[in-house]
Order: sequence, then structure tokens, then C-alpha cells
Amino acid sequence: MTAHTTTPPEIGGIGHSLKRVEDARLIEGQGNFLDDISLPGMLYMALVRSPVAHARINGIDIEAAMAVDGVLAVVTGELMAAHNLAWMPTLSGDTQAVLATDKVRYQGQEVAAVIATDPYIAADGAELVDVDYDVLPAVVTPQQSLDPDTVVIRDEKEGQTDNLAYEWECGDDAATAEAFARADRVVSIQTHYPRSHPAPLETCGIVADVNPVTGQATIYMTSQAPHAHRTLFAMVAGLPEQNIRIISPDIGGGFGNKVPIYPGYVVATAASLVIGKPVKWVETRTGNLISTGFGRDYHMSGELALTDEGRILGLRVDVLSDQGAFYSDAQPSRYRAGLFHVVTGSYDFPAAHITCRGAFTNKAPGGVAYRCSFRITEASYLIERLVQTAAYELGIDPADLRFRNFIQPEQFPYETPTGFVYDSGDYPTALRKALDAVGYEQLREEQAEARAQGRLIGIGIAHFTEAVGAGPAHTYDIAGLKMIDSAELRVHPTGKAILKLGVKTQGQGHETTFAQIVAEQLGIPAYDIKVEHGDTDHTPYGLGTYASRSTPVGGAATAVVARKLADKARHIAAHLLEAAVEDIEMAAGKLHVKGSPDQAVTIQDVALAAYTNLPEGMEYGLEDVTYYNPPNLTFPYGSYIVVVEVDPDTGVWKVERMVALDDCGVRINPMIVEGQIHGGLTEGFAMSSMQWITFDEDGNCIGSNFMDYLVPTAWETPRFELLETVVPSPHHPIGAKGVGESATVGSPAAYVNAVVDALAHLGVRNIDMPVLPDRVWEAIDSAAS
Amino acid sequence: MEVTVNVNGTDHTADVEPRKLLVDHIRTVVGLTGTHIGCDTTSCGVCTVLLDGAPVKSCTVLAVQADGRSVTTVEGLKSGGELHPVQTAFSDEHGLQCGFCTPAMMLVGAALLEQNPDPSDEEIRWAISGNLCRCTGYMNIVKSIRAAAEAKATAAAGADS
Amino acid sequence: MLPSRFDYVAAHSIEEALAAKAQGDEDTRFLAGGQSLLPMMKLRLAVPSKLIDINRIDGLGGVERRNGHLRIGAAARHADVAASDAAFGAVAAAAPWISDPLVRNLGTLCGSVAHCDPEGDWNSVLLATGADVVARGPGGERSIPIAEFVQDMFANSLASDEMVTEVRVPVPSGRSGGSYVKLERKIGDYATVAVAGHLELGDDGRIAAAGLALTSVAPINLKVAEAEALLVGNQPGPELFAEAAELAAAAADPRDDVRGTARWKRQVVRTFTGRALAAAADQALKG
Repeated sequence: MTAHTTTPPEIGGIGHSLKRVEDARLIEGQGNFLDDISLPGMLYMALVRSPVAHARINGIDIEAAMAVDGVLAVVTGELMAAHNLAWMPTLSGDTQAVLATDKVRYQGQEVAAVIATDPYIAADGAELVDVDYDVLPAVVTPQQSLDPDTVVIRDEKEGQTDNLAYEWECGDDAATAEAFARADRVVSIQTHYPRSHPAPLETCGIVADVNPVTGQATIYMTSQAPHAHRTLFAMVAGLPEQNIRIISPDIGGGFGNKVPIYPGYVVATAASLVIGKPVKWVETRTGNLISTGFGRDYHMSGELALTDEGRILGLRVDVLSDQGAFYSDAQPSRYRAGLFHVVTGSYDFPAAHITCRGAFTNKAPGGVAYRCSFRITEASYLIERLVQTAAYELGIDPADLRFRNFIQPEQFPYETPTGFVYDSGDYPTALRKALDAVGYEQLREEQAEARAQGRLIGIGIAHFTEAVGAGPAHTYDIAGLKMIDSAELRVHPTGKAILKLGVKTQGQGHETTFAQIVAEQLGIPAYDIKVEHGDTDHTPYGLGTYASRSTPVGGAATAVVARKLADKARHIAAHLLEAAVEDIEMAAGKLHVKGSPDQAVTIQDVALAAYTNLPEGMEYGLEDVTYYNPPNLTFPYGSYIVVVEVDPDTGVWKVERMVALDDCGVRINPMIVEGQIHGGLTEGFAMSSMQWITFDEDGNCIGSNFMDYLVPTAWETPRFELLETVVPSPHHPIGAKGVGESATVGSPAAYVNAVVDALAHLGVRNIDMPVLPDRVWEAIDSAAS
Repeated sequence: MEVTVNVNGTDHTADVEPRKLLVDHIRTVVGLTGTHIGCDTTSCGVCTVLLDGAPVKSCTVLAVQADGRSVTTVEGLKSGGELHPVQTAFSDEHGLQCGFCTPAMMLVGAALLEQNPDPSDEEIRWAISGNLCRCTGYMNIVKSIRAAAEAKATAAAGADS
Repeated sequence: MLPSRFDYVAAHSIEEALAAKAQGDEDTRFLAGGQSLLPMMKLRLAVPSKLIDINRIDGLGGVERRNGHLRIGAAARHADVAASDAAFGAVAAAAPWISDPLVRNLGTLCGSVAHCDPEGDWNSVLLATGADVVARGPGGERSIPIAEFVQDMFANSLASDEMVTEVRVPVPSGRSGGSYVKLERKIGDYATVAVAGHLELGDDGRIAAAGLALTSVAPINLKVAEAEALLVGNQPGPELFAEAAELAAAAADPRDDVRGTARWKRQVVRTFTGRALAAAADQALKG
């Protein structure tokens, strides 16, 4: 891979594939993950969860549990209510039970907590808590939920007389109706994007350490957003914010799962407060899968209005979202369906209208952005499935139909009919490059030959556009907190530096890439810059790492703060070189007088001077902080092409090729970018092929452990071929757009399109995810009969 | 009951409840936390250790079963102050992201190379198919184990000459 | 997810193990590889009062040919079977597909056989190859044909004071071949559908003996006797195998579940039976 670099390797600025700083501890088993934290006198908590999906609680008998030697306390909803903590606000303005008091509303809901001296004893105690349930009928589909005769799940909620969680719409209804009226053809698709779970290999957990004397609460927590969590803890628990220190240690994967605040965190903190000892709670895998933030679960209907020539005129979408028992999507508060309005995709057409309803059901709450920027995955999937369907219906090649409708490079910045302003892109070049790499035209010939022999080969394309990096303060907030982010940079007298971030890595390599951003601006070698993050006492405020916002927002803050210091460095250099500041040029760690490269000082000289030898009137030190409010989102995109072969006798399909072209703007560390894409392509493959959570008619969760919730191994996972183009973001300080989620967003449609393409000549138009072999075989079989 | 487990070359003797899982014993009694826990169902493999040289899931072994046996954890991969070739390779080839599955993947890789010094990509994928990773898509893990094989071969050739 | 309390005994001889079992209550269990038992204990679906660890008993391991059969000892791991030159046919074909590589390093064939999980692979292989399970009790040793050993879902025909000491798979004297064709959703998953096939050819090239058994499509591992009867005495070939596949599909009794529809599973049985028999015949003919 070639990358554009301006710094030599020993400085390691933007474009260098630097080896990661964080690896040194992780490859020796010296990471510090939540469960590795052990404090003197620490107690252990185990949760008692509801075995049924919907039931009234008649009573909870804790006597047997309390009798277990080593059990110190059993916390119930009643006890939490006494501290006004039985309920807590969600990130979407609803409330959620911390420990159930009246009813349980989903299988796995938290009912009680056992605090003990040992985790094994806590488990023994939890088994003995006896809860008397009056089982109620379970509501397991959103369609059933919105039927007026269905029992009201949220009967505790004032004014709630049905199971509607929210309604939302965007776009122009009248203009869209007009577009459909003049269309030659209308193509539609109904699909369910199934419930999925981020399932990081490390489950969620907390060690809450509330000092009974000082009131200081030190909370170690698997958090993707430690600062926001500190504020929410202060607001929910009524603790003074200066006494709360949240430390998010090494995180074993997040993918959106570690954004919300879960009941276990609140109970463990309350228990530590009451008992006066540290309390550790680490979720079981089942607890993680059945109760914490799921993703997706959107039932979508889409219609495209087209001309016979294949020009798209308009798009109409209706979504029914299965929210579970509490509406707790982690998303910007202004948008009830996240950024779903990116559903117009990569295409230029005048009109769109989207309606969305969320329904309460007897399932776990969540709706987190699972490796995705707030419902963008669902939107991207729908438009790319629709365009593929339109291609078959119109008899136009699926690649060709996309070329006919792409937003053209010269149209950027491009305002979509739903109100986004896409920053930059060159879609035709990207798709062409991917098609050439896979050998598209030849593959189509091979496909025809294979069909003649009874073999089923499919070629699936997805060209996605994401909207990431939330976001501008005028529009984006979570729970009222504006979605800005920050960086604080301090250069020490010896020229080494520490960078403190509001964002928090969960494996993305911030300790390396953010140092590279500083290295690029200041010429201090990246390995001389320590990156600190995750400790709210030691870092400036920020909304955290999710929705691919670290680079677009935190990365921008880092570039800006480094530039502030570069400016001061120029002033100091001018003083040292006895030159005018306008004449000082700076490159790769050297500051010299314009036209006289020998008249130079190094950034290290300047750093020392900042503490020893300053011009009159200048404040000592070389440090600053920036809070960055992005002017717009960034819009990464990509062209993905998947080739599959389907076994007609069993429906089993295998990926033969997966070519992924990504344009995420400027790449800070190409090696890390590629690693992010590999991971996302794998999760996309997982969702399209095997990974889902479903429920039986009684609301029992199927997918409650890794035997049923299938995470692919190296054996099933396809091999990936990566490509890139680079169209920088015009408004981001270093032109970067963010990449962590692109591949999860873009790839599911490519995999599904490939399988459907293999069967398209039989008349098959849709198979819902996961594309299980029985669904494929049934589709072939019913097409044949 | 009293149990002596040799962990990374050192005997650790302790009084252990029969129900204690080996992974908990290693993490809390021996005090080495590089071995992780990721599921309840013997599915994810992040708890992998080498038991008498063979990779096993330490969440599905009782500590008492390991009495008198030898266990290698990630902390024991290094020898004589030198990183094991798989450790170097995982860093060089970006074989890890969050690092949670990494100790297990490296141990499986190291054990594979003892059996098969020159594995193909397919053989590596097969060998690590009891271990899950959510971050890397396995591409660079495979690459890392390949690179470690090559590094070991080069070192061996150097030692022979 | 942590197990509840139990007592633990490490037996050093079969006699010691049997004595401990005799002294224990009905919830006393033997512990071999533990790869099925310990996960159930962690979920507290199994709550034994006492575990008798048989891993320290000398001579219980081993995978070898002895007296015309393949002997697989009670402490032999799946990985030992997979690595053994003595293993053949369907046994050798199935071994690499048991669970995942780490589980194979601890889990035992005999433990899996005794577990009688209809989604387990080995009992189909043993049904197809006509193996015997050898058990020891206070009264001595007895050999139980696998078809009699498997009683029901999670139920075998051992007496409460007996333990499995080995499995014996007869080694065919003439040309033979075996196969195990398994569809699993991912490595480590139980079979969605699997088919074990075993064929022995006579000097005339006709099928002299046949074994066919199915995994995960009935309440127990299912021996398809009708298909076996059809095969014997005939020349191997695609048409014969297609007929056998129809009989296998008819015999299967799958259910609709999260792995797929019953109708489709029956189709996979049909397809895989054809493939399993073709692979077995191929191996037999190559000799």
C-alpha cells in the first residue's frame, strides 16, 4: 500500500503504518481489563434475572440466599426504591427499571442482586433467591405489540395507553408522492434486519469503590463514554460530580455494547455506597446477550420510484422498530431513529419520505449503534437491497443501475432529500475500481456458464455511504450533552509529550494513531507522545467512542490543539532565532527561517525554551486544550463486491471472493485502518450468515449464549481483498472521515445481494438475514415449484 | 484439597475447593490475569492455556484436575527475557486490536508451531477455530502466526549455520 | 456461571473408581474429559454430588488395533483418535469434526458415547460401524452392542455401578470404506445434520456389509436399517445410493428449529446420505 506521508518514519506522522504502542502490554498478558482489577476487601455481585418474559412479581424471598455463608446482602427493587434508584433514565428519554419492582418485562431482566465475599458464593446465593411470578402473556413481535387489543407492557408509565414507543418521520411526503406518481416503475422490498448483539469478547462489568468517609466514588467500568457516564451517574445517583471518578481500563471490545448505563452498574455502585466496600460485578455471557444493548431489529418496507431507463425519482420507507421493553436507543436525542435518514444512500434523486414507529415488546431493551453510527446499518442495507431488486426488475445490470444514479463528484457538497450535506466523494471511481479488481464483466460470463451447468454463482454489490462523526452541537446531543469532543496536549521540557483525550479506545489503537496526528503537526516523534484516555479525573470532557466519532471529532480536536501549540512554537522559535514569526517555517520537527534552512531549531529546543527562555510577556509552558465542535458530519463510503457459490442441494453458500474498497478520507495509520475493515467485514458476514437473536412465542431468548448466538471462527470467515481511494473530508482538519464501522455498515447488503444474485434468474428477490441455508434452499425450492 | 500446579515453570501449591475452575485459580490464586474469561459455555476460547503443552479451555478444567501438571499461560511465553516469535509477530502484523483474545490466540499459535513448524493458512485457520476474535476478522492473526513460523525458521537456520 | 459445590475423588484404578461410585449417591458422576459435563455444571443444569476423576487411571487411554478391532480407551481424547494411524473409515472421518480443536484435546470419545446426546457425532459413527461399548462393574466386564447401549436421549444402558472402559470398533477384513458428512453452522456447533456411512465390499465387488446412521435428526442417533438392508448384496453406485438416500430421508424425524426447517433437514439427509455412501464406496474401492 502506498500512503501519502509528509513526515519521515522516525517521526511517524500521518500515513505511516506504525506498530501499535498498546501491543507491548497486551502481548505479554499485562493488559488491565476490568476483571483484572482487584481491590482490598472487594465484594462480588451476582444478578438474579427473570426466567420469563412478562410477569407480575408477587414477592421475593431472600431468606435462603441470606443464609448462605459469605452472602452479605441481597438487594431487591424495593430496597433500590427506598434510595429512589429503582428506575433510571435511558439515553432516549424513557425510563428503565434498575431492579424490577412491579413487573418483569423481558426474560433476563434484573430482579435482585446478591453481594458476597466470593463470586462462587454470590452465584450460590443468586440461585436461592426465590421470586414468585404471576406469568403474563408475552408480546414478542412489534406487529402484535401495536394491535390495540394487546396488553400494555409499560403500564407503569404515566399516560402510556398503548405499546407505541415513538413515531418519527422525515423528508417530504408530498414531493415523494409526486415522484411516485410520475414513475414508470415502482419496486418494493419488505425485509427484517434481525436483532443482533455486539457481543464483545469481554462482557460488561464494574468495580465500584465508594469511600464511606470521603464520599469519593472511584468507578472502574467497561465504558466507551466515561465522561458522559460520570455526568449521568451524578444526575441519576445524586452524587456530586467532583466526587465521581470513572476509570475505563483496557476494554475487550465494545462495538456499541458499552455505551449505555446498565442496571448492574447502578446496583453495584449503590451496594458499595451502602456497604462501604468495593463491589465487583462482571456480567456472565448470558447476562450480556439477554439484557444489554442489542442492535437492529428493524422491520422495513421500502419502495423506489424509477423511470424505465433506471433513473431513481423517489424513495418511500416505512419502519417498524422492535424496541424491547424500554426505549433505550443510544443515539442523538433529536433523532428517534438515529441517522436512518441516510437511507437515500449514494444516489442522486429529488424526493424521499420516511416514517418510523417504535414498539415496546417483551424483549431486552437496547437499540445501540452496534458497530454503526445510529441505525445507519439498517438504512444502508435497505437502499442497497432495493437498488439490487430494481436492477432485476428493470433488467439492468446492478452495477450499471448504480452508475446511472450515483451522486457525481462535482455535486459535492451534496444535500440529500432528507437533509444531510455529504462532504465529499467520488463514487463512480470507487465502484469502477472495485469492479475491475474483482473482474466483474468476466465474472458475469462465468456466472452464465455455471448456470448452464446447474451451478449457482452470485455476485453481490453494495455501495454504501455512511454519516459518522456526530456531531455539530447545533444538532447533536445525547441526553442534552452536546456531541463535541476534546484533546489536551502538554509538551514537556525535554520535548516529549502527553496527549489526553475525551474519547476512549476499545481496540482501535488510539494510543498510536492520535500520537501520529500530533507527530504530523509538531514533528515530535509519535513514540515520544503518551496518550492518556479513559480516566475522567485525568482527561478533558468528551462524549466518547462510538458511531465512528473518535477520528472525526476527537482526532480533529487533537489536530487543532497541536496546531495551537505549533503556533506558539513558531513564536518561541522566532524568539530563539531572532527572526520575525511570519518568517518561521515548520516541517518534520524543525523550525527554520524562511530561505535559511541552516538557521533552525528543533521542536525539542522549543519545548525546553517554553520552560526556560521565552520572549517577554509570553506565558510559560507548552500546553493547551481544545474542545472541537465539528461543522458537519463526515461521510465515508465504499464499494463492496462479494462472489458466492450456492449448493443447490442444501442451500449452503460459501464466499469465494470479498473485495472491499473503502474511502475513509485520509488514513492516519493504514495498517490500523485495514485491521478495522477486516473486523467490520467479519461482523457483516456474521450478521448476514449466522449471527442473530430470536425469541420463541413465550419470549424466551434464543441466542442467549455462544452456542446459539453464533460468532464465526477463522474457519468460516471469508478472506478479504482490500482496496482504497482517498477523497479527503474538506472540513476535517486532517481530511479524515472515520472508518471503524464502514465495513459492518456496508458489507451485509453485499453478502445478501450475492446470494440473491445467485438465485435471481429463478425469480428469487429476497431472503432475510441471516441467510441460513434452509432459507436459501426453501427459496430455490419454491421458485422451482 | 491441596493442589500443586506448575505454572510457567514454578510450582504453586494451594488449598483449592474442588469446584474452582482452573481459569479462576490461575487468575486469582496464582495471580496471573493474562488468561481471560469470555463465555459460560466453552465456546470462545479466550481462557486458553497450554496444559502439558496442549491448548485447552481453562474454564472447562477443574483446578484439582491440574494437580501435578504443568500449565503455560501468556505470561510464560517469553523466555530468557526474549519475546516468543508469536508475540513479536502479533505486534508486527497487527494481529491484535482490543487484545482480549490475544493471549489465547498466541498460545494456540505457539502450540501449533511446535507440532507443525510450517503451517499453511488453512492449517492455521483450522488450529485457531476453537478461539473467537471479534476485532480482527482473523486475517492478521493468520498472518501473524505465519510470520512467527518464518521467524522461527530463520532463527533455526541462523543457529545451524 | 459457576458450578455448585461437590466432592472430588481422583481414582487411580478402575477398582477404586467403581468403589467410589458404589459408595456415592445417585448424583455421583464419572469425570473423563469433562467437556460436556463441566459446561452443564457451570450452567447448574448438572449438579453432581461427587465427581470421580478417571483421568489418573493407568491404561485407560489409547487408540489401537487389538484382536480384530479398534480399541478406544475411556481416557482417549478426540484428538488422540484424530491423530491415530489405527483409526479408519467413519471413525477417522468424524474425529476432526468433533467440536473444536481445544475441546478435542480434552473431550473423550467414550464420554461422548456415554452422554448419548442425539446431536453428538460418535454414536452415529459407532452405529454405522457396528461397535461395542465395554463396561466394567463389580461383576466384571461386559460388552454392549452400541444399538443396545443407546437407550434414549441422554440415557444409556449402563447399570448405576458400571463404568465405560473402552469402545471396540470391528476392523473389516476385506475392502471397506467409511465417511462422516456433517453440516454444522460453525466450528464448535453441534451437527445440524450429519450422516455416517460404512461399506464393506465382497470379492465380487458387491456390498457385503453396510452401516448408515444419522445425527441430530431424531430423538436418538438413528440407525437406518432399511437402507443398510437395501445396500447389502448390491453393486455400489449412484442409483443405489439415491435409493438409500430416500430411505434415510424417510427414516429421519427432524424438527423445525433455529437451525432450519424439518423439510430442509430431510433434504440435507437425502443429499448427505448420497455423498456419504459415495465417499465410503470410493474409499473402499481405492482399498
